[in-house]
Amino acid sequence: MPGSQTRRRRRHRPRQRSDRMRAGNGVPMETKSMTTAVADAHEIHEHHGPARGIARWLFTTNHKDIGTMYLVFSLIMFFIGGTMALVIRSELFQPGLQFVRPEFFNQMTTMHALIMVFGVVMPAFVGLANWMIPLMIGAPDMALPRMNNWSFWILPVAFGMLLSTLLMPGGAPAAGWTMYPPLVLQTGDAFPFMVFSIHLMGISSIMGAINIIVTILNLRTPQMWLLRMPMFVWTWLITAYLLLAVMPVLAGAVTMLLTDQFFGTSFFLSAGGGDPVMYQHIFWFFGHPEVYIMILPAFGVVSEIIPTFSRKPLFGHDSMVYAASCIAFLSFIVWAHHMFVVGMPLSGELFFMFATMLIAVPTGVKIFNWVATMWRGSMTFETPMLFSIAFVFLFTIGGFSGLMLAIVPADVQYHDTYFVVAHFHYVLVPGSVFAIFAAVYYWLPKWTGHMYNESAGKLHFWLSTIFVNMTFFPMHFLGLAGMPRRIPDYSTQFADFNAIASIGAIGFGLSQLVFLYVVLTAKKGAPATDEVWEHPKGLEWTVPSPAPYHTFETPPRLSEEQTFQ
Amino acid sequence: MARKSLLSLLGLVWASTASADWVLNMPEGITKLSKETYDLHMMVFWVCVAIGIVVFGIMIISLIRHRKSTGATAATFSHSTAAEILWTAIPCVILLFMAVPAAETLIRLDDARDPQLSIVVTGYQWRWHYQYQDEGVGFYSSLAPASAEARMKGSGIDPFSVDHYLLDVDHPLVVPKGRKIRVLITSNDVIHSWWVPQLAIKKDAIPGRINEVWFRATETGTFRGQCAELCGRGHAYMPIVVKVLEPEQFDAWLADQKAATAQAAAAQ
Repeated sequence: MPGSQTRRRRRHRPRQRSDRMRAGNGVPMETKSMTTAVADAHEIHEHHGPARGIARWLFTTNHKDIGTMYLVFSLIMFFIGGTMALVIRSELFQPGLQFVRPEFFNQMTTMHALIMVFGVVMPAFVGLANWMIPLMIGAPDMALPRMNNWSFWILPVAFGMLLSTLLMPGGAPAAGWTMYPPLVLQTGDAFPFMVFSIHLMGISSIMGAINIIVTILNLRTPQMWLLRMPMFVWTWLITAYLLLAVMPVLAGAVTMLLTDQFFGTSFFLSAGGGDPVMYQHIFWFFGHPEVYIMILPAFGVVSEIIPTFSRKPLFGHDSMVYAASCIAFLSFIVWAHHMFVVGMPLSGELFFMFATMLIAVPTGVKIFNWVATMWRGSMTFETPMLFSIAFVFLFTIGGFSGLMLAIVPADVQYHDTYFVVAHFHYVLVPGSVFAIFAAVYYWLPKWTGHMYNESAGKLHFWLSTIFVNMTFFPMHFLGLAGMPRRIPDYSTQFADFNAIASIGAIGFGLSQLVFLYVVLTAKKGAPATDEVWEHPKGLEWTVPSPAPYHTFETPPRLSEEQTFQ
Repeated sequence: MARKSLLSLLGLVWASTASADWVLNMPEGITKLSKETYDLHMMVFWVCVAIGIVVFGIMIISLIRHRKSTGATAATFSHSTAAEILWTAIPCVILLFMAVPAAETLIRLDDARDPQLSIVVTGYQWRWHYQYQDEGVGFYSSLAPASAEARMKGSGIDPFSVDHYLLDVDHPLVVPKGRKIRVLITSNDVIHSWWVPQLAIKKDAIPGRINEVWFRATETGTFRGQCAELCGRGHAYMPIVVKVLEPEQFDAWLADQKAATAQAAAAQ
């Protein structure tokens, strides 16, 4: 049984751990804990466990600790960003201004988006990658453990700085998360802090991406060649390349904003010969791949979960890989579909329309493959499966509105309305966020060694699914009826659907407290078996539950039926 | 229990608003191209509905029949090249059928040649300026006073008591029916977007650029829109109102405006 290998008595391999070397670096706190730990290790001829107290989290190079920190960070940000969403929805509950001023409303929409994109969805997937990729490919840890520590600890600093702008003169950034100039240049004291915090998020993401690429390409167990990798690993490999390609572009865009503001350049200022539209091209060259950065790992998660609970192998594993790669490639040539109303030449609009429509093909392949995986399976409906099924349904609805948005003449009507708000929330909330929930429920027993509270999980699922639709479905109608996005107040004919959406949003927000309850009580349930579910596929299920602090010190042997091809 | 109270809550919302009009869809608009746009929108919508019925239908059948609790045993298949080629090819064909009419409409939208009247629209934080090119007539168009008063936080005025709350202006744009009108759109400060749903026109107003759109209205009436690009704290408060008049009425209106402008110039 491969799981027993982790308990096999082995000497440290120099490649694997830097902890022992670090003990000699003269950091007192570490030295102390390391000495004890190493002594323990000598005693039982095993790796040491984690350090004690705060030092464990500050200095850790362990992929499981860092994964946990990413996930906890993401959860905290989820509640902060969610609170901002509730401020927005409360103000929009009825026409007229009741609670906030327009300028604060704009700060809320901007910060809500920045936090949800960079502080919730991305870190959550990086956290899952940290936890699961080494376990799934039979690696002892991430390839670059110290950089791993750094890429996490940059995030709280970046978001601390971003959130602190709420208290600055002029308030937080309020020009939308897209930060279009010239409007963004009217930001108050928050402006340089916003730019710098985006730089930091970018550095963190780039380092995380490098780490994931290096880990996947170098630390796989010998029999696992690329096409035999699990889908979650595959989608993350592709995502990491996307990150590497586009985060520097975002950094460049915001740096040009910075120099326009403070150093007399005119990249985006028409008065000095620049062009505000150039910013949009640069931003969306980042922004569109970014959309897939937030959804490809979700595809991976769902591709892990549906086969497990259908008790059937994933349909068309290889074509899933090709479809994901195809989506990644297309994501680089469709950016201007965010800009159909800025005034592009006809040829440009036609090109971007056709390219955008093409994305429906590989995305469709993925959805058909999931359905084919369920077909003639033997399904059970534990919480991870419920969230995954809802993902397939609701992400597809988001995909439909995406297809509608690709049609340029119609997009002229949809653009910058609540129809777009509905579209991207459908792909991000019941899309990415539901996939994150599914992943957490799926792997939580592996992390904690205990089954979570299944009935609370199901309650969380049903409440979330009902309220998410109640919140975002009416927004389609609002957009078609002519309500622009990013407005704090609206004409009276939009009142009814807004009221429903606001009630839904508050319900959705409160439902997440159930999730918090499940997470906080995760260790109280019955002990989980190593496999947790009924014969799930993958190396992560061959290690004990909870996964020991160090796993796969020697590469596990991969049997034929454990491969994913 | 929870579901029951939720239902009653929904019922409450429904009852309280049953008298209001529930606008569910995009307007067909008052130009040939706005109707084409609407038709495209509906075509893609119905294609999506059809695909949705097939995909969701198969999924739901699977969810009902292939569950462990009904004793279903799992099959072991994991590939079918034929199926995969099929569901790559079919979407391609469907897309082609949608792409052709969309491209045709787009090409027609782009053709702003030979206008009979040109109007320069300039966005400001937070109002619009309209200039009738070569006619010497121009004016600002700001949020109507009634809305401007009611919109303030703590104004104590019920928005429902204001006519066309946030969608009314002091000086609407006036245009003639049946003539080809070119709108040149630019901005004086940040990016705005000039949007009138009934004309199926939305175009960004960008400092340093002049964007061009056109329309030919087929009906008279008053049509309302809003700024569609976030432009700061007054973004919600710069509506657009377009009044379409019969050509003779329009000519008379324009003559009045010219006279008023000349009078004002003379008074100075």
